[in-house]
Amino acid sequence: MKPIVLLKRIIFAAALIPAAALVADAVRGELTANPIEYITHTTGDWAIRFLVITLAVTPIRRLTGWNPIIKLRRMLGLFSFFYATLHFLTWFVLDWFFDFRQMAADVAKRPFITLGMATFVMLLALAATSTQGSVRRMGRRWTQLHRLIYVAAVTALFHFWLARKTVVPQFQVVLVAAVLLLAFRAWWTLRTRTRAHAGASIAH
Amino acid sequence: MLIRKAPDLRYSEITPKSLYLRRREFLQTAAGAAIGAAAAAAASPFAATVAAQQKGQGTGHGTKLANVKKSPLSTTGEKVTPFDDITSYNNFYEFGPYKEDPKENAWRLKPRPWTIQIDGFVEKKGTFGFDEFTQPYALEERVYRMRCVEAWSMVIPWVGIPLKDIIATYKPTSQAKYVEFVTAFNPAQMPGQSTRMLPWPYVEGLRLDEAMNPLAILAVGLYEETLPNQDGAPIRLVVPWKYGFKGVKSIARIRFVDYQPKNTWQVMTPNEYGFFANVNPNVDHPRWSQASERRIGEFLRRKTLPFNGYADQVASLYAGMDPKKLY
Repeated sequence: MKPIVLLKRIIFAAALIPAAALVADAVRGELTANPIEYITHTTGDWAIRFLVITLAVTPIRRLTGWNPIIKLRRMLGLFSFFYATLHFLTWFVLDWFFDFRQMAADVAKRPFITLGMATFVMLLALAATSTQGSVRRMGRRWTQLHRLIYVAAVTALFHFWLARKTVVPQFQVVLVAAVLLLAFRAWWTLRTRTRAHAGASIAH
Repeated sequence: MLIRKAPDLRYSEITPKSLYLRRREFLQTAAGAAIGAAAAAAASPFAATVAAQQKGQGTGHGTKLANVKKSPLSTTGEKVTPFDDITSYNNFYEFGPYKEDPKENAWRLKPRPWTIQIDGFVEKKGTFGFDEFTQPYALEERVYRMRCVEAWSMVIPWVGIPLKDIIATYKPTSQAKYVEFVTAFNPAQMPGQSTRMLPWPYVEGLRLDEAMNPLAILAVGLYEETLPNQDGAPIRLVVPWKYGFKGVKSIARIRFVDYQPKNTWQVMTPNEYGFFANVNPNVDHPRWSQASERRIGEFLRRKTLPFNGYADQVASLYAGMDPKKLY
């Protein structure tokens, strides 16, 4: 078995641990005194962690030159979507129990809910177009659409920041990691553009 | 150079969580074993209490309080929240920002010996030991609803002393208009105070007439036992018509002042938290609705009541004031 295939299987299993731990906690009645809040926070934490991990794949590939790692990117992104879906469903079903009027009012009135919902819709679009078929059919537009991941990372961070009463350590870690990764991306883009220009002038 | 740090941060983020989960399993197993051993020895629940105290934990059951009289001011007809929920789900940032942190870390706090400093515009100034401070009064059980600003609530059987009786003992002068309460400052015992999550020490305040309202108490117990550390041992404020953050814990100083005290959350986020913090379903928190709340132990949300259901006793304190300004 190729190392990347093995690694992919290991990460797939590991990525399910947080969900399994939640189920185990539920079975043992250990979801704290406020289970709905606990599930909301846990699934939200993992959604944003996997989003940041997904952003790290390309930088690692470029820094190490190990190209097969790109095969992990879609799976990691889908795990972010998986935990974001659980997070959304917790809010939708457990927290408000289909109280559509109140939920609609919250999405419209409260920036942190608006940002959370916007993030989820973006991740939904990315997940829906994550198949090989979509990549082939959409061509260049696929690349353009999937740049939304950067927007989603920013809205997710704002959502996390606004959801808490004060700056908690978990937020700081995710924030620093995301800022470094986005900065790397910006730097890389700039560098390749400059090189492309340099290359163009030499050709002339 | 900066870029190489990214993977480190990422993994350091993941590892503690998985360790954390394994640690919980370990504790679960250990607790199971302990319960099994206790059952085998046919030990009484009291034995477990003593064992916990001997370990210096201070976060489990306290000592039984004698001569606690029931109060007619208690809230009736509500299911009381279980002891385990009241002591495992706490906002007490001195012990960490997460709800489970206080139960885990509050064993560091030494609630005895304890002193309370009384100063400001008051005749009987001084620093008083906990026993001297509390002994003159009969202890009362007060069952109150507790509504957190985060939109969850509990029903808690406090044991305490009417604040008005304590205030009468120390005789504030005519210049005293407000009462300021300050939590103990001791980063060695309260590790959260080494961080900059909040400005320390925690400060809260009441207008003098609010403090004199019969519903306001200083609580020293819970479920007829001494207060567990994570709930604010050895003595804390309880004002049931206000959001929970007004209930300043582990009080070390009470000052009678002529200005409105700057309470901690107001200093921290002035556009979200004010001085009065009266429970009001019609004034939303800027980031979430206050119209409903989740009672701990219940699935569906319930409607939040004005003044947390205590309007009959306290609404007159705010006659002529704009209720929109009382958040």
